Formats: sequence, structure tokens, C-alpha cells
Amino acid sequence: MEDKILLAHGSGGKLSHELIQKNFIPALGNPALDRLDDSAVLELERTGRLAFTTDSYVVSPIFFPGGDIGRLAVCGTVNDLSMSGAVPHYLSLSLIIEEGLLVSELEKVVDSVRQAADEAGVKIATGDTKVVNQGDADRLFINTSGVGIIPEGIDISGSNAKPGDRIIVSGTLGDHGIAIMSQREGLSFSTTLKSDCAPLNHLVVDMLDESHLINCLRDPTRGGLATTLNEIAGQSGVGIELEENTIPVRDEVRGACELLGLDPLYIANEGKLIAMVEENAAESILNRMRKNRYGKKAAIIGRVCSEHPGRVVVKTAFGSSRILDMLSGELLPRIC
Amino acid sequence: MKYIDEYRQPELAKKLVDRIHRRSRKQIRLMEFCGGHTVSIFKYGIRQLLPDTIEMLSGPGCPVCVTANADLDKAIALAQLPDAIITSFGDMIRVPGSYSSLQIAKAEGNDVRVVYSVLDAIQVARENPDKSVIFVGIGFETTAPTIAAGVLQAEQENLSNFHILSLHKLCPPIMKSILDLGEVRLSGIVCPGHVSAVIGSHPYQFIADDYHISCVVSGFEPLDILLCIDMLVEQIENEDYKVEIAYRRGVKPEGNQQAIKLMESVFEVGDADWRGIGVVPASGLILRESYEKFDAEKNFEINPGPVREPRGCICGSILRGVSTPLDCKLFRQTCTPEHPVGPCMVSSEGSCATYYNYGDGDGG
Repeated sequence: MEDKILLAHGSGGKLSHELIQKNFIPALGNPALDRLDDSAVLELERTGRLAFTTDSYVVSPIFFPGGDIGRLAVCGTVNDLSMSGAVPHYLSLSLIIEEGLLVSELEKVVDSVRQAADEAGVKIATGDTKVVNQGDADRLFINTSGVGIIPEGIDISGSNAKPGDRIIVSGTLGDHGIAIMSQREGLSFSTTLKSDCAPLNHLVVDMLDESHLINCLRDPTRGGLATTLNEIAGQSGVGIELEENTIPVRDEVRGACELLGLDPLYIANEGKLIAMVEENAAESILNRMRKNRYGKKAAIIGRVCSEHPGRVVVKTAFGSSRILDMLSGELLPRIC
Repeated sequence: MKYIDEYRQPELAKKLVDRIHRRSRKQIRLMEFCGGHTVSIFKYGIRQLLPDTIEMLSGPGCPVCVTANADLDKAIALAQLPDAIITSFGDMIRVPGSYSSLQIAKAEGNDVRVVYSVLDAIQVARENPDKSVIFVGIGFETTAPTIAAGVLQAEQENLSNFHILSLHKLCPPIMKSILDLGEVRLSGIVCPGHVSAVIGSHPYQFIADDYHISCVVSGFEPLDILLCIDMLVEQIENEDYKVEIAYRRGVKPEGNQQAIKLMESVFEVGDADWRGIGVVPASGLILRESYEKFDAEKNFEINPGPVREPRGCICGSILRGVSTPLDCKLFRQTCTPEHPVGPCMVSSEGSCATYYNYGDGDGG
């Protein structure tokens, strides 16, 4: 019989230690983690302001095309740090496991955590594991927190968008949400689409290396592009105008959305960013982004304006326009 | 993307818009019956492109919206039965009934599941033989054949724990009912695309013959709708009232005979309760006696209590085309997609949600 996670693995006793020594340290070990003290003590090589963020991951299913909950938990937090212009350094990793999870599945997830952390160049500095009764969690929940350093001279915030700024998106929208939806129970359409789940910190470094004239960065996760742009429009007190036909969306995603009655602009992404950049730097930042593997399909999709503050308006290819509001409620497919 | 992009070409759209502007002389009022059309019209900003001579109204074509509170209360009462699993299309679970909603019933510990097709509900029934699995069957002639296929499947598998609360509604009877009410004077009707794919275009003939109102069946892409409006304008300008199809790739005049046969084998025509309109004779579908064992209403004892309507909500008159969401005092104030008072704000194809999500159609 395959080894399974038992309640005792979370008791703090022998099985807990065995799990840490066998499954976590070999994969994720580094000087900060290896000490196994109650808190990690971190050496920070750079000076600058500290960025700090946390996020919990409850995705279902935990394995999906293009990634799993482990990769997602690392990329999500790395990206949240990166969106303030910070260089991510350390993450915490906290797991809540439903008893009965196969040890081999946990190993797969931990290996994904390692790969994603290696790719992003961050270290897992501290961690925790809890096991709960069957039914008290859905297989595996992960929380990660992260710290990073914002280099001198960088001031990026959702409140900084200014009229005239160009809006750049780093690639096709909706890939993650549709890849997950295609796997969910009851939604049995098949697609070859993969999640875009990826760490964007190197892309941000490239962009900042090209120019500091970047006012806002955001990763459009839950609620998609539409919700994120509405947040920024509200925070910055500006209007936003998009050209619908410039927004990159894969055919597979468009097709699935047509089928399900969804709008790709509201679908979650896990490896995309939106940047508001000064007009005169837009082209050079765009070109630099396209040289990064996670920015190949980057595009300028609109501009920030002083009209209709707090609102996002989409210009259609027909010369008409419509409001793009925030996502409201859960995305549910249409019924007729 | 093939079969989509062809119907969204801006140059062709512009040509159609120009032609509509050239042709349209009379002041006319068109109604799109289908909620899917309402969404497309707002999403592509079609109202902004039309001349001032053309007024567009939205009709009662959203199955979630037209479900009466009395029927919704039945679904909620069924959800509260011990050992019941309610399966429903997504939007339906958020609509507030007289006292509760399926969503609240779920939060209270009852088993309410969102499914995407009746076949998913059947799968739930297979997996839970000791539970009663009840599917809330809403929709027009578009959905009914698939539900009928589901019932036949359940019959074949002898799934005695599968049941349907049939709230299905029929399109032509409600069109007649709205015209007979005489509250709105229409010049033309944008006839539903998916419904017509099943029933064809013949069932609308009485509207052209008896009421002298033009009918054109439309698809859901911007070019489909513009072509439909162009054809309606031509008919009305020439005072030549007939039924035409602007959606030939999806709709044949005679419809889909196989789907109609399937629907008729399981369902028979019965009375239906419509929100804002009331009980309309012969405007719904009920399970035939031979499939009684699948009929939730005949197999479970429920007492949903007296029906209450939300105060101040004008969903009923919006569904009849008499009012628009902008006439409602609750719109955007107490009634929002997050806290909907009436169903037209819940359903993604409801008029209120469409006005709310896309702006008032004036582009911002």
C-alpha cells in the first residue's frame, strides 16, 4: 500500500521530524532553514526598504496542467513581492494537509516548490506542517509569506498611475483560470491549455533595468485583468481606456470562454503582470519584456486618462465602447 | 478564431451600420427577447451605433429571471428535505426567493451543487444511490431537449433516485402574452437564436400575420445582430411583415426535428408561472405521466409557505419591456450584483446585471 500522510505526521513527534528530515530538508535545505530554530534568522545583503507579503493557496485540483499547488504557492508570493518592485529573497512555507494525502503526492509538491524557488532565486527560510482530519481540509492547503528588498530609487504602487501612462500586459490572458476550470469536476471539456504559473521577478528586474519610469505593477490573479485595472483606477483616481483588439488572448482560451459564457478579461492569471509606464518609456520597456521568456507576447493594451476617474472603458473594434467593471461574485458559466 | 472572428469583422459591421442609418426613416421600437442578445448588444455597444430612429428594448428571455418566486421557493424547500441533493445551473443558486435562496440553503448545510448539464446531475445520482438527487430544470426550448435526454438516460439506467423540478418555459406563448398585454408597442422582434435552432422560425409566423410585427431570428455575434436589425428595418420601412432568419448557420425554418421529438416524448405543454406576468396557460413544459416517477413535485411533500415579492423591485415590469433598470429606485443603490434584490441582477443575462456590468449602453 502506498504511504499516506497520517495525523501523527503533524503531531510534532517522531513522524513529524521524520517528515521534515526526509521530505523537506533534502529538497529545500539552505543555511537559514537547516538550523531548524523556532524562527529563521536572515542575512540581508542589500539595503533598501523591506517588502513583506502573504498569501494562502487552496487551489483544486492540487495538480493541474502546467503546474501544481507547490509551484503556485511560490510563484504567487514571489510575484506579489515583485509587483512592489522588490527583489524577493526569502519565503516561508506552511502546509495544512488533510490526512490520507499520499506521501508521493506531497513529495511531488515539495519538488515543485524547490524547482520554482530555484527558478526565482529565493530560499525557503522557515516552514510548518499541520495535518487535519479527513474532511477538515481539501487534500492540501499552503500558505507562503515572503520578504524582499526594494532597491533605492524605485517607487511602484497601485496609487501611482498617471494620465498618459501606457498600459502593458506581459502576455496572453486567462490561461491559468481556464486550465484549472478544464480540470474541475463537472466541467469535462478537454483542452491542451496549460496554466501560465511562473515567477515574474526576473522579468521585473529586466524592466527596471531598462527604465525606472514604471509607476504601477500588478499581477492580475483572481478577478483577472478587469478587476485589477478597476483597483488601480480607484487607487490612483484615474480613468483607464483599453483597445479591445490589442489585448492578447489565446484562441483556446477564447474558445473555452465562448463555450462557457465567460469573459477572458475576468479570468485568473498566475504568470502575467500589468504595468503602467510613462509614455516615453513604453516602447523600450515593451521591447525589453519581449526578450524575457515570460514576456514574449507582451503588448500595449491601452492608456491611463484623466476622464471618467475610477472607471475602465473598453473601446470595441466597432468604434463603440463599454464599461469594464470589477468581477462580481464567483464566475459561473451561462446556462442557455 | 474560426466561426467567431468572421462574425466580428469591424469593416463589415461598419457597412451594416451605414446601411441601417441610410434605410431607417420611421421611428421604430425593436425588442430582443433573449438575454443572450441583450448581453451581446451591450458588450459590443450596438445601441450606440444605431440611429436615433431605432429604440431597443429587452424582453423576458432570461430563464433565471422569469422563474417565479413560487417556483424558486419550491426548489429551496426541496433542498431542505433530508437526504436530498439539489443540482442546479449556476446563476439560479444566487436568486433570492421569498425567504431564502439556494445559496443560503447550501450555507445552512443542505447539499446544493452547481452543475453544467443535466448529465452531471445524473452522474451525481449514480454516485449517491441513497440520496434523492433533484435537478432544477429551468430554461426555454433550448435546454428542454437535453433535459429530456437526461430523463431518458435515467429511465434506461433505472435511476430511481433522480428527479426533476420542471420549470421549463416556452417562447412563442410568452411573446403572444406580452403582445396581448398591449403595454409596449413593438415594430419588430429580434427572435432568439438558440431557441429557434430547436423550434425553427415557423412558430413566429402568427406574430407577423396577426400583429403585423416583423420577426427576424438572430445569432449572437455583432454582425448577426446588425444584420438582423438591418433586415427588420427593411421589412418595417416596406411595411412587409414576415419572419426571416439572419442566423442561417444555426437555424432552419423547420427547426431541429430530432430535438423537438425528444422534447415532446418526455414533456407535455402545461401552464407556467412567469415572474412579473403570472401564470400563462400552455407556456411551460411538464413531465408526461409516463415519466411521473422523475417529477420532483409529484414525489416529495413540501410546503414552501406563502409567496412574497421583494419590495420596490421592478424586475417584473423590466421583463415585460415596460421599464428599464434605470427606472428602478433600487438599481445600483440597494440592488447590485453582490447584493441582488431581484433575479435580473443575478443572472449574467439579466437586464439589470447587463446594464450594471457594461454601463447603460451609452458607452460609459
